[in-house]
Amino acid sequence: MDFNDTPQQAKFRAKCRHWLSENAQYNASIGNDNSHKTLSTEDYVARARTWQKKKFDAGWAMLHWPECFGGMAASPIERIIWEQEESLFSVPRGVYEIGLGMAGPVMMQYASDEQKARYLPPMAAGEEIWCQLFSEPSAGSDVAGLRSKAVKDGDDWIINGQKVWTSGAHFCDYGIIVVRHDANVDKHAGMTFFFIDMKSTGIDIKPIKQITGGSSFNEVYFNDVRVPDSQRLGAVGDGWRVAITTLMNERLAVGDATGADVEEALVWAKKQDNQGQLMIKNTAVRTSIADWYCQASGLKNTKLRTMSALSKGETPGPEASITKVVSANKLQAIGNFGIDSLDMAGMLKTNDSNIHEFHDAWLGSAGLRIAGGTDEILRNIIAERVLGLPQDPRADKGVAFKDIPSGN
Amino acid sequence: MNLDFSDDQKSLQDEARRFLKKENSLERSRNVLDDKKAIDSELWQQIVALGWTGVRIPEKYNGLGLGHLELCVIAEELGRSLAPVPFSSSVYLFTEAIIQFASDEIKQDLLPKLVSGECVGTLAITEHLHAPSADNINLTVENDKISGLKIAVPDAGVATHALVVCKGIHGIDLRLVALNQNCKILSQETIDDSRGHFSIQFDNTVSNTIGDQGSGWNMVEHIFNQAAVLFGFEQIGGAQAALDMANSYAQQRFAFGRAIGSYQAIKHKLADMYIKLTLAKSNSFYAAWALSTESSELALAAATARVSATQAFHYCAQENIQTHGGNGYTWEYDCHLFYRRSKLLGVNIGSLARWQEKLVNVLEETTSENTSPKI
Repeated sequence: MDFNDTPQQAKFRAKCRHWLSENAQYNASIGNDNSHKTLSTEDYVARARTWQKKKFDAGWAMLHWPECFGGMAASPIERIIWEQEESLFSVPRGVYEIGLGMAGPVMMQYASDEQKARYLPPMAAGEEIWCQLFSEPSAGSDVAGLRSKAVKDGDDWIINGQKVWTSGAHFCDYGIIVVRHDANVDKHAGMTFFFIDMKSTGIDIKPIKQITGGSSFNEVYFNDVRVPDSQRLGAVGDGWRVAITTLMNERLAVGDATGADVEEALVWAKKQDNQGQLMIKNTAVRTSIADWYCQASGLKNTKLRTMSALSKGETPGPEASITKVVSANKLQAIGNFGIDSLDMAGMLKTNDSNIHEFHDAWLGSAGLRIAGGTDEILRNIIAERVLGLPQDPRADKGVAFKDIPSGN
Repeated sequence: MNLDFSDDQKSLQDEARRFLKKENSLERSRNVLDDKKAIDSELWQQIVALGWTGVRIPEKYNGLGLGHLELCVIAEELGRSLAPVPFSSSVYLFTEAIIQFASDEIKQDLLPKLVSGECVGTLAITEHLHAPSADNINLTVENDKISGLKIAVPDAGVATHALVVCKGIHGIDLRLVALNQNCKILSQETIDDSRGHFSIQFDNTVSNTIGDQGSGWNMVEHIFNQAAVLFGFEQIGGAQAALDMANSYAQQRFAFGRAIGSYQAIKHKLADMYIKLTLAKSNSFYAAWALSTESSELALAAATARVSATQAFHYCAQENIQTHGGNGYTWEYDCHLFYRRSKLLGVNIGSLARWQEKLVNVLEETTSENTSPKI
């Protein structure tokens, strides 16, 4: 056991660090960039765009992609090393992850050679931003319950319906979408997958106001939107299979719920008093801090085990599947702790950055326990895919989609 | 980056698993419980013959001269199979203390005998129904002779020697005692009689100092930090076995026309077992690294592994009974064997609360307002 890079990995890490040092600001203590809190959406996207282009020009943007699309054919462990190094620098995040993490792989796997040559390099360069359009008002955890319709019309398809929870739709150029082309066949057999131009006529985007007050998601309405058949990804009726590939990528992309963690709770407990006693002297607080530390450290070490497998060229085990359930719930518990620590003043919004962070954790975690797979769906996945337990009996199997009970 | 055991260590683990399965370790554990024996002597002799008691003992004392990582993988298998042998007290506690703190003379005498099985050791610390600390140890020392009562001493009935925590002139002493003279050993009933526990009444029993006088409690803390990692591996082995048992039952048992494992109430319970076990396992791997490299992070890593492994085994063992329904509450099913062992291991070197407190103590020491603990 050791935590050292192999000589080859160390050389690669040095190369990453060297380029980053020359092109970004090192910021190990924060490790992230808070400019999204101070800049307008337009300015922040512009800042992200500049950084993405810089990375692309040097081959780092999608380093695991082949060179013909602007990558450097890096191995999985090299990709992780790059991400570790990049996380030590103050750079914008959160604009490109979904497009590059979900649309990228699906285009790579299903688009034609001409389409790949046309779309992949500008995607990696950040010149064109991509979003994902799967969820619908009546298709959340049950994504395959989606109802947006596609009807064939000559060489085109005409799409009608509504998508929801689309991150960044308001600043995206293209999107990947799965729709229903046939409601008379089995639910999973009646779907087809496309990529679409988000500026197409008939697309209407409305921001969703979240409980935080912010709006990073949208509702996207489709009114007779025309999509050429050439933008179909996979065969007609293969939509679910294609979507599953991207959902797998989403689960890898969503990962850790970031925000106030055990460090912040500990530092806070050491200076905040409650009824004449520092919080850290309180046994209940101490027990909670011990438990959060075990969870945070358990997730970190789980990640190191996954990396160890990749480093040896092995396929990692399923251990990383626990990440989001644990981190989102921990975040919520820490948010609750921070607010409660102020006792009767706990409801107040203040300028104190620590308190602000606890408020963000408390509100944000409620969404993170749902985004990218709810706690419940993720537990089902662990139970069925990792532990091999049988599926629930289902009321939607062997029935035409139109005949499945929908509650309305 | 390599937070994993080596291929050699993994094959040692496979070998241990196959051996303990072939020897029906679980069945033997049940027999020890039923017959109120102290240990399964036959299994213990075979374990000695395999050389496991000498894994960490240097070759010049006839041991295998291997590292702590080898001990970790064996511990996981002993935990998985609930082996009814005095391994944890004799190897993790006694042998480790002798290797690290005893004089050369004592090492030359005892280490080869620990390898051959001629000697079995244990650690005697508790005196009353309160958590032991440096402030409430009362066993007295006079002219190298000790007197007083120790309780809940694991394996004392089969041990030849004990390290005894005593109140000396300069503070707490750690003293070595041969158990064949001036002491009365009585079996005590416990929540897990598959592992024998005993009281020892010392009465002017001859003893030898181990390490410096007055530094006994520091030695105990150090030995406990190391043992926490090894107990942690026993606990994750047991937790995995309890989860496997619940999983297999949930797939075979039908209710309302379907396997109970198809109900989300059961799925989510088993998923939670997997989550706790995975956290514990990853923390234990890290602690194994800290132990094997004598890292300064051992105290923190060990407490983290110990807390999460205790929580994982408790949860997996208790919810394994729940998954089995009424069957899980019968003596006939094995569920209670894991339930008993999870609680026994969870208090053997100190309860959850003790280790949570240790963990936060280290965090408090290592953080100021401006420096954060390493996550």
